Amino acid sequence: MNRVFGDRKTILILLLPPLAIYVLLKVVPVLWSLGLAFFQGNTLRGFEFVGFDNFTTFVTDGAALQSMWVTISFAVIMTVCQVTFGYLLALLYVFVLRKGSAFVRTAVFFPMVLPTVAVALLFRSFVAVGDNQGPVNDIINFFGGDSVEFMASTSGTMATAIVMTLWSSMGFYAVLLYTGLLDIPDEIIESARIDGASGLRLVRNIIVPLSAPILLSSIIFSLNSTLKVFDSLLALNKGGPGTSTSPLTLYMYRTAFEYAEYGYGSTIALVLTLLCLVFTLTVFRSSNKRVED
Amino acid sequence: MKNRSTRRGLALTGLALAVILPLASCAGDTAPAPGGTGDAGASGADPETFTVLTANEAAALEAQLTALAENQCKAENEALPLVHEKTAQADVVQKVTLLASQDALPAHFIAGTAMVRPDGDLGVAGLVGDYEEILTASGTWDNILPAASSTVKNVYGHMVSLPYQYNLEGIWYNKAIFSEVGLDEPQTFDELLDASAALQTAGYQPFAVAGSQGWPMTRLMGMYIVRNVGPKALVDIRDGNAKMTDEGYVAGATALQDLAQAGYFGEGFNSLEADAANAAFLTGKAAMKYDGTWFLSNINDEAQNQIGAENVGFMPFPAVTGGGGSIGQWPANAGTAHAVNPKTAGPKVTAWLDCIVENYGQQALQSAGILSGFKVNGEVTGLPDTTAFVQETIAGIDDETVLWFEALFDAKSNSLASTNATLLTTGQMSPEQYMADLQASLESNR
Repeated sequence: MNRVFGDRKTILILLLPPLAIYVLLKVVPVLWSLGLAFFQGNTLRGFEFVGFDNFTTFVTDGAALQSMWVTISFAVIMTVCQVTFGYLLALLYVFVLRKGSAFVRTAVFFPMVLPTVAVALLFRSFVAVGDNQGPVNDIINFFGGDSVEFMASTSGTMATAIVMTLWSSMGFYAVLLYTGLLDIPDEIIESARIDGASGLRLVRNIIVPLSAPILLSSIIFSLNSTLKVFDSLLALNKGGPGTSTSPLTLYMYRTAFEYAEYGYGSTIALVLTLLCLVFTLTVFRSSNKRVED
Repeated sequence: MKNRSTRRGLALTGLALAVILPLASCAGDTAPAPGGTGDAGASGADPETFTVLTANEAAALEAQLTALAENQCKAENEALPLVHEKTAQADVVQKVTLLASQDALPAHFIAGTAMVRPDGDLGVAGLVGDYEEILTASGTWDNILPAASSTVKNVYGHMVSLPYQYNLEGIWYNKAIFSEVGLDEPQTFDELLDASAALQTAGYQPFAVAGSQGWPMTRLMGMYIVRNVGPKALVDIRDGNAKMTDEGYVAGATALQDLAQAGYFGEGFNSLEADAANAAFLTGKAAMKYDGTWFLSNINDEAQNQIGAENVGFMPFPAVTGGGGSIGQWPANAGTAHAVNPKTAGPKVTAWLDCIVENYGQQALQSAGILSGFKVNGEVTGLPDTTAFVQETIAGIDDETVLWFEALFDAKSNSLASTNATLLTTGQMSPEQYMADLQASLESNR
C-alpha cells in the first residue's frame, strides 16, 4: 500500500480526475460568475463589459440595500437564537436528561429532516387568518384579542420566519453542540464540582470555555446558512409584504432569472459571498483574540 | 507490462472523459449574436415535431391542442406530431432565455410579455414570428378577431402571440345578494362605495380579493386610474408623458387603500389565495369579485358554484365622476404570449397554425366554455347562460378597449406593483410613496 501511495504517478492518476471534475464543475462556474459581475446582459441578449457599473448600481439600489439589511439582520438574530437555544438544549441533554435524552434529541431534531417549503407552508397555516384561521389567532381570540394578519406586516412575517427557522434548525445545533459537550472529560467536571463550582458557575467557567471550538463552528455554520436563507422566506411570504423580508438570495434569484439580468445577479451573488467571508473572518479573528488574551 | 499500460490507458481515458464531458455539455451555451432583425415571417425549416411549450398552469390549452390533434388537425398531426413541453409560469423567462440562447426554442412557445416586444430580448434577436405575416400568406388571418389582434398589438407591439383566450375584466357580482340588499349595478365609483357600505351593513363581504396574488388589488387601482385620467393613462406613463406621481394616478392608489381600510375586502385578504377568494364569491360569502372572464370556468363548474350560475352577473368597473374615461371602456387581454419560432416555421408548422386558428375557437368554446380571440367556425351548442352572456358582451363592445394596469410595465416594475400592494392596502405605505417607488422603478428600467 505504501509503495502504491509513494508513487507520484499513482497519486497523480488518482487525484487528477476528481480534481479536474471539481475544477470544471465548481471552480470554473464560480470564476465565471465572478467575471459576469463585470458584465451586463444575458445569454440571449449577449454580454457587454461594464466594469464596476454593477457595483455602483448596487450601492445606490434601494431594493438591494434593503435586501442586504434583511439578510444581515436575519442572520445575526437567527445565529444568536439558534446557537443559544441549541446550547441550552445540549446542556439539558448532558446534565439533566443524561442517558434518557435520546428520545428528546430525536424529537427536537426531527423538524430538520422536513422540507423547508413544507415547514413554511405549515407555519403559514398556523398564523392564517380569515375562514381558515390558524391556531395562533385562535389563541389570540381566546384571550380576547383580535386576529392578527401576520403575513401582512414586516414584523409579523419576520417573527414567524424566526420562530419557524428556530423550530426546524435548533435540533441540529443541539446535536452538534451535544457532541462537543460529550468530549469534555468527566474528571474535569467532577474536580470543578469538588472545588465548589456548580450550576451557572460551572457552565460559565468550565463548560463554555471547554466547548468553545464547537461553539465557534456552530456560529460559523449558522451564520453561513442563515446569510444564504432563500427557500423558507420565499415559501413563507415571497419576501413580502412588498420586498420588506426579501433577502439578498431572493433578490439575486429574481434579478438573474425573472428579470434576466445575469450580470447584476452575479454582482449580488459576489456581494453575498463577500458578506459570508467577512462574517466568518470576523468570528475567527474575535475567537483568536480571545485565545491570545 | 501489458497490464500496466492497459491501466495507464484506462486512467488516461477516464481523465480525458472527465475533461471532455463537461465541456461538451457547455457547448450549446453559445449566445447568438445580438442585433437581429425584429419579428420574422415563415421562412424556417420544419422541425421533427410540433413542440409546444406551455405553462403548467394552462392545463386547458394543452387539452384543447391535444383534442385538435386527435380530430380537426389529425392530418397536420400525422405530418408533424404534436409534442407538449411544460414549464412553471414563474420560470418562463428563465427557461425561454436559456432555450433561445442554445438555439433550442420549440416551434410554438409561451414567453414573457416584455421578451416578445420589439425591444425585448426575443424581439431584438428576431426570434418571434409575426402571425399576421404568416397567416396572411396562408390565407387564414381572417380567423383572428380584429379586437383580439388589436389587443395583442397594443400589448406586445406586434402580432407575436396567438389569442388562445380573449378576456374582459370586470366585476362579477351576486345578483341574489344585490336584489336582497336593493342594489342596482353601480355606474360610478361613488355608487360602488355606497353599494359596498350597504352590503357590509347587510352582513356581506363586499369584495372577494385574492391579495396574495397582488394583481387583484392593483387592477382595481389601475381601473380607477383609467376611468379617472382617461383610456390613454397607462400609455402616457410608458411614453413618459405622465408620471405615476401625478394627482390623477395617486388618486387610484388612494381609492384602493380606502376600499381596503374600510374593510370591504374582508379579514385576512392580503394572504388569501386565489382558490379561497373564488370560493368566497361562489359560496355567497362575498357579493363582488373583480376578475377576468376566465373566471367563467369556475362559474360554470357546479361543484364550485353554490350560488347558481343564474345568480352571477358581470358589470364593468364604474366611471369616476368627472374623470376622462368612460364605463364602456373594458379592459381586455388576449392571454399569455404564445409565440412562433420563425426558424422552424416551415410549411408543416404553418399548416398546424392554420388548423389551430381555424378550429380552436369552436373547439375551446364547445368543450370548455373558453372564449378565445379566434373566430368560432361551426355551431356551438349547450353553451352555459353566463358564457353566452359574456360572449354577447364581447360582441357588443363598440367602445375602445383599455389595457390592464401592469400591461406596459417592465418585469421588475410589474413585480413591484404587485408586491407593494400589500403595504399600500395595510397602510404601511402611503399612496404617494407607493406611486413614487413605482415611478422610480419604471424610470430606472426604461
